[in-house]
Amino acid sequence: MKKENYVSMEFPSCSANEGFARAAAACFAAQLDPTLEEINDIKTAVSEAVTNAIVHAYPDTIGKVVMRLILREERVVEIVVKDWGVGMEDVERAREPMFTTGNEERAGMGFTIMESFMDVLKVRSTPGKGTTVTMRRKIARRGGR
Amino acid sequence: MPVICREEGRTLVASVSGELDHHQAKAVMEELERRIDQALPRQLTLDLEKLTFTDSSGIAVLLRTWRRMGQIQGSMRVIHAPAQAKRVFRAAGLERMIRFE
Repeated sequence: MKKENYVSMEFPSCSANEGFARAAAACFAAQLDPTLEEINDIKTAVSEAVTNAIVHAYPDTIGKVVMRLILREERVVEIVVKDWGVGMEDVERAREPMFTTGNEERAGMGFTIMESFMDVLKVRSTPGKGTTVTMRRKIARRGGR
Repeated sequence: MPVICREEGRTLVASVSGELDHHQAKAVMEELERRIDQALPRQLTLDLEKLTFTDSSGIAVLLRTWRRMGQIQGSMRVIHAPAQAKRVFRAAGLERMIRFE
């Protein structure tokens, strides 16, 4: 799928950057004139992906997180969140609802929300090397244009 | 602190405002628990009218607060949840446990 536009950003895994990351994704997606619900779905999914990188990838350190926002052909927004943290042994298990390695502040619903709010969710992870989450969402063309 | 509480008889009304994400969740959770432990209410009304965003961190906050109210034989209801928050809570099936009005 052809790249029509993109933004790439790098930030440390501090929780204060969660709000920044989802706001940046919302601003990027705004060029497709999405509905409020579409924007909220993207913000929520980005928040989950970035929070995972902050909480799980780097449990005891501050590490690097890279987020790429890509506008592909046919009004598809692609979001890639990449870290170089601890990675996951079993991605399928991590994607199951209510599964979490976090404490009781975590619901274990991050991947479930990414999956249900986006059209495509791909997770690649290598223990000790890091995790890359790729999500896609097609923004519907609104009537009259 | 994005949590404002008031007591109406044996009901504790707690309003959570702003963005309830992982960055805020711990503070909100601790404040809610502190107020519940102080007031020991029969009912907790969680007013989310001014909540501008939440994600699965909000699910964890609601579940833990709901469990805390259960431990003291109290009930809990959530009012004025915005559409974005409702969609997140629905993805987790929270409406099967918690009363949304």
